[in-house]
Amino acid sequence: MNHDAYDDNYIRAILNGVKSIAMVGASPVNVRPSYFAFKYLAQRGYDMIPVNPGHVGKSLLGKPFVASLLDIGRPVDMIDIFRNSSHIGPVVDEALKMTPPPKVIWMQLGARDDAAAAKAEAAGLTVVMNRCPKIEYGRLSSEISWMGVNSRTLSSKRAPMPTQGMRLSLNRMSVGGGETTASDRAAKNKNDPA
Amino acid sequence: MTDRPPGFSTLAVHAGAQPDPTTGARVTPIYQTTSFVFNDADHAASLFGLQAFGNIYTRIGNPTQAVLEERVAALEGGTAALATASGHAAQVVVFQMLLRPGDEFIAARKLYGGSINQFTHAFQSFGWNVAWADPDDISSFERAVTPRTKAIFIESIANPGGSVTDIEAVAAVARKAGVPLIVDNTLATPYLIRPIDHGADIVVHSLTKFLGGHGNSIGGIIVDAGTFDWSKDNKYPMLSEPRPEYHGIKIQETFGNFAFAIACRVLGLRDLGPAISPFNAFLILTGIETLPLRMQKHCENAKAIAEWLSTHPAVAAVNYAGLLGDKYNNLARKYAPKGAGAVFTFSLKGGYDAGVNLVSNLKLFSHLANVGDTRSLVIHPASTTHSQLDDAAKIKSGAAPDMVRLSIGIEDKEDLIADLEQALSA
Ligand SMILES: Cc1ncc(COP(=O)(O)O)c(C=O)c1O
Repeated sequence: MNHDAYDDNYIRAILNGVKSIAMVGASPVNVRPSYFAFKYLAQRGYDMIPVNPGHVGKSLLGKPFVASLLDIGRPVDMIDIFRNSSHIGPVVDEALKMTPPPKVIWMQLGARDDAAAAKAEAAGLTVVMNRCPKIEYGRLSSEISWMGVNSRTLSSKRAPMPTQGMRLSLNRMSVGGGETTASDRAAKNKNDPA
Repeated sequence: MTDRPPGFSTLAVHAGAQPDPTTGARVTPIYQTTSFVFNDADHAASLFGLQAFGNIYTRIGNPTQAVLEERVAALEGGTAALATASGHAAQVVVFQMLLRPGDEFIAARKLYGGSINQFTHAFQSFGWNVAWADPDDISSFERAVTPRTKAIFIESIANPGGSVTDIEAVAAVARKAGVPLIVDNTLATPYLIRPIDHGADIVVHSLTKFLGGHGNSIGGIIVDAGTFDWSKDNKYPMLSEPRPEYHGIKIQETFGNFAFAIACRVLGLRDLGPAISPFNAFLILTGIETLPLRMQKHCENAKAIAEWLSTHPAVAAVNYAGLLGDKYNNLARKYAPKGAGAVFTFSLKGGYDAGVNLVSNLKLFSHLANVGDTRSLVIHPASTTHSQLDDAAKIKSGAAPDMVRLSIGIEDKEDLIADLEQALSA
C-alpha cells in the first residue's frame, strides 16, 4: 500500500463503509482541531466515541469519554488517532487487542508511523496516515468547496441541503488520483531537500 | 475502479459548480447578499471559529466567489484559492501574509508597470522592501537573497514585453533559499502554462484579463499550490503561530496543505477587506467556461499578426516569443507549447511619433490600458502604464519609448491585419 498518495476511491470506501469511530486524543476544548473533527463527523451521522484518559467522567457532545480503546466494550469500525507520530505505536497495539478488531486505523493530518501501519495491515486492517477525516469527507462531498478549497471532484447532480446527522453522497467524479501533483511534489521534496 | 481524470476543458466548465441545492438552478447563481443567516448560536460560533464549512459575510466569502475559487484552483492544479477585488489586491494580501516590516522579497524586473509601482511605492510605505532581479539572468536572483528574503515574485509571461520566464530555474533558487515562489500567471493563464507544475508555491492572477476574458470585470485570485512548509523555521508566523483572534488556532496545523489560502481569507481578506463582488465573480466564472476556446483563437491570431508585422517595412522589430528566432522562443516551446499568449510588443522605425500615430489611426483596435479582452487592444506603454518610470527604467522593464503593445482579440485575423496595414500607411 502506497501511503504517500491515496486514490479517492480508497478514502471513499472507508468513509462510506464505517459507521462507528473511536477518536483517540479527542479534546473537550472547543478550539482544538480534534474537537471540531469530532463534532463534524457526529453531525454527518457517524457514531462517535471519545477516547482520552484525562477526561473520563466527562462527556463530549453528549458522548461519555472512555480511558482506552479496551474500555469501549462494543465493536468499533474505525480508530481515528489524534496523537503525534511518536504516540501512534501503542495505540495501534491496543487497537489490535480489541475483539473484534476495528476495520480501519486512521492517523490524523501530520501523523505518520509506517511501522505501526505495517503491523495493522498485516493483521488485515486498512490504514490511512496523515489525513483528516473531516477534510476528506468535506472534500469528497464537496462541502469543503464553501471555503474555496479544490475538492478535486465534479458532479452534475443536485445535492440536498445538509441537515443534522445527514450522511452526504461521496460518489462524485474524481478529478485526480488521491492527490494533486502539487502535494505529491511537496512530499517528494521533503524527502529530497534541494 | 479508478475514474478517468477529466481534462482541462471539462474542468473549465464544471469545476467547483453544481446545481443549486435549493432551486436546482444549473448555472451558478449570483448570491448578491452581504450576509448569511446562522442556524443557531452554536452554528454561528463554529463558523466564526473556523470549525464548520459555511458562509458568514461576503467580505470573507460568498458562494458565487467560492465556485470561482475552486474552478481556478482546479485549472491551476492547486489545493485552494482565494478571489479578491483585483489582481493588485491579490498581491497585497499575499505579501501581507508573508512579510513583516523590514522584510524583503525579490521580484523580476520585467513586470506589469502597475506591479512595479505597487512594489516600489505602496509596499515601501509598509516597510516591505523589494530587491529587483533580471529574469534573463537567473544568478541575479541568487545574488539578491539575504537572510530577510521572504519570497520571490515573477510573471510567467511578462507584461508588456511578452518574454517567457524560466520558472523552473527561479523555483530552484527559491527552494534553495527556503522561500516560496510566487508566479503571476495572468498573461499565460493555466491553459498555456501551469506554474505549479514547474515549482511555483503560490500563483496569482489578475482575473480582469484572459480568465474573465471579456473586459467587463476587475478581479484577482491567489492559488495555493499546497507545496510549501510554512512551519519549518518559523519564518512565516501568520501561518505557524497560534492566532489570538481564532482562540489560538495554528493555521497550518489545522488546514494542512491549503493553509495559505485559508490564511489569506481569514486573516488577509477579513482584515484588509478587498472582497470581489458576487456579480464580478459570476461574470468571470462565465468567461472561464470558454477559456480554452478563446486562448486557442487569441494565440492563433497573435502568431499570424506577429508574423505579418515582422515583414512590414515600417516595423523595426517584433518581440513575440511565439516567433521562430525570438529570444524567448525556446522558453516558449518548453513552457507554453500551445501558444505564447496574445500580448506582445513591436517597435516602429519611425520611433515614438510613429507609435503615437499608429495608435491614433487604428479603427478596430481600441486604445486603452488593459489586456486580455475579446477585443483587440493597443497601447503605447511609455506614455501610459509605464509613464511614471524614467527612460532607463522603461527600457529595463521592457517598455522602450518607441514600443507599441498589442493585445490580440478573437476577431477575424484578416480584419485585424487590414486595420494595422491602413494605420501603418496612413
Ligand atoms: C500581469 C499583471 N498582473 C497584475 C495586474 C493587476 O491586475 P488588476 O488590474 O486586476 O489589479 C495586471 C493588470 O494589468 C497585469 O497585467
